[in-house]
Amino acid sequence: MTDNLNKSYMSYVFIWIILLCLTALTVFCSTLQLGHPAIWIALTIATIKGSLVLLFFMHLKDEQSFIKYAFLVALIVLAIFIGLTFFDVLYR
Amino acid sequence: MTMESNHHLNFLAPQPDRSWLGSWIFSTDHKRIGILYLVAISTFFLVGLCLGLLMRLELIAPGGIIMGPQTYNALFTVHGVIMIFLVVIPSIPAVFGNMILPIQLGAKDVFFPRLNLLSWWLYMFGAGVAVISLFTGGGPPDTGWTFYVPFSTMTKSNTTLSVFGVFILGFSGILTGLNFITTVHRLKPSTTPWMKLPLFTWSLYFTAWIQVLVTPILAITLLLIILERVIGLGLFDPTKGGDPLLYQHLFWIYSHPAVYIMILPAMGVISEIVPVFARKPAFGYRAIVFSGFVIATAGSMVWAHHMFVAGISDTAVMVFSFLTFVVAIPSAIKVFNWTATLYKGSIYLGPPLLYALAFIFLFSLGGLQGLILGSAGTDMHVHDTYFVVGHFHYVVFGGAIFGFFAALHYWLPKMFGRLYNYEWATAALFLKFIGFNLLYFTMLIMGVQGMPRRYYDYLPEFQNLQVISTVGSWILAAGIIMMVINLFYGMRYGEKAGDNPWGGATLEWTVSSPPPAENFEGEPVLTRSPYDFKDIKAPHAE
Repeated sequence: MTDNLNKSYMSYVFIWIILLCLTALTVFCSTLQLGHPAIWIALTIATIKGSLVLLFFMHLKDEQSFIKYAFLVALIVLAIFIGLTFFDVLYR
Repeated sequence: MTMESNHHLNFLAPQPDRSWLGSWIFSTDHKRIGILYLVAISTFFLVGLCLGLLMRLELIAPGGIIMGPQTYNALFTVHGVIMIFLVVIPSIPAVFGNMILPIQLGAKDVFFPRLNLLSWWLYMFGAGVAVISLFTGGGPPDTGWTFYVPFSTMTKSNTTLSVFGVFILGFSGILTGLNFITTVHRLKPSTTPWMKLPLFTWSLYFTAWIQVLVTPILAITLLLIILERVIGLGLFDPTKGGDPLLYQHLFWIYSHPAVYIMILPAMGVISEIVPVFARKPAFGYRAIVFSGFVIATAGSMVWAHHMFVAGISDTAVMVFSFLTFVVAIPSAIKVFNWTATLYKGSIYLGPPLLYALAFIFLFSLGGLQGLILGSAGTDMHVHDTYFVVGHFHYVVFGGAIFGFFAALHYWLPKMFGRLYNYEWATAALFLKFIGFNLLYFTMLIMGVQGMPRRYYDYLPEFQNLQVISTVGSWILAAGIIMMVINLFYGMRYGEKAGDNPWGGATLEWTVSSPPPAENFEGEPVLTRSPYDFKDIKAPHAE
């Protein structure tokens, strides 16, 4: 029991460290002059970070498949909204 | 069951352990919450109606008649905010979704009854904040209901508070949507197949998804306006590297799907009424369900057709124009299916069906006007003219609100156990139909002739049409007053409705009228399809 608990705490700390690393990566990428790809890199990192928080800290990984699909739908919808908005900016 | 015990179970019956007021405003019964929404939404509708009538009166002749230009700006803003955010968006889901959805499913309540009550309280709180904003600070907002930047970030009117009110209202909608999605998934009896769910339930289900997915975007956008106003954030200000078009994108990402939040439930209502009054199964049940899904998804990807002349890229104009045409297809599928359901049916032209037919006519006209606006070329000509105002009212009033009226005439006997006067209901509908077309069709003509929207004054050549439009508003208002009196009188003193006054086959018609507090004893087992009328006699056919 205690072993499981320790394991669980360790995984949370591990995820937290990954999140910190990804934040550092976002800050580092923003200092590079990458042009248009910069936004895609930032969004990809943000998506990974958000997914990690949802999967581990909010226990989405332990939920039944419908809840996971619901999350996926939200992600796809958001991607479409952001994509279509940037699509306009790209061709202006 | 004896009459006495039936009365005791009735959800409208007084609750001895609570005060009268407490038994309503703290009730977690989905039916009582539905009535709370009905009272609040009807009140706001009548307020919005009065503001609309005042605007039309002002426009009866060129120049100032009864108000100044600033009051006029405030009036069309407040009319829009009330009618959109307080009336049309919550109307059918909040009132009839709450009242009917759990019963149609065979459930005792929604999945989160307390959250449901919290949604109503948030709605009232948001409405209260919006009302307070009218009388405090720099006075009522004057931005139009769209709160477009840069004006909304600069105006001295009390825009911050009214925007905050709408922000709170958004949470009410999100929580209601979340509740309905969970209710359908968790409380649908395991014995009920998905493809046996009533079409109204399906429409609420898709609407709930739109509410949950897009309303947060509006909430964030409105918060950004507040931040622009309070700390000058600069997100929408080009001098600080911002982009005003970003605001329009964010606003319409919510506000165009919001049209489908308004119209999908109304389509669900019509899909219920037409088969019952044609005594035929819904033609193309699966096509109607699937078209609801396509409307919800494709309808969420067409928002930039509101921005064709705002300076977006030509490529974006083409793509969004194409997507707009795509969304017309599922809407047309529904219209064709309703018509095909009526074909060779044993039609009874009762008031609910007459309202449904008015909906089909007005919504079809509104939808066709939408194609004119969805074509970039013609949109350039009529953008920001009365054509847009006329089109918008054909869809939102002729569609969503006539759908709401149809739902009232269909389910009111179930809600209160009494019937209204059919002749009065029919006469009121005809008055409304005539008044509506006089009021808004003239706007379409004026729009094509170049009359800009939101203008306080106009050139003399528009006066004849403006007068016709104003007279139309009086006829429409007379029809609405007649309907309200008829329904209210029927609700209190009408003849007893019986459990199934229209001969419906969905579950709500199997419980008593008004429904018992717990809806069902045990879990009901579905014995027929929702539109299988075999062995169900419609009282009007006897």
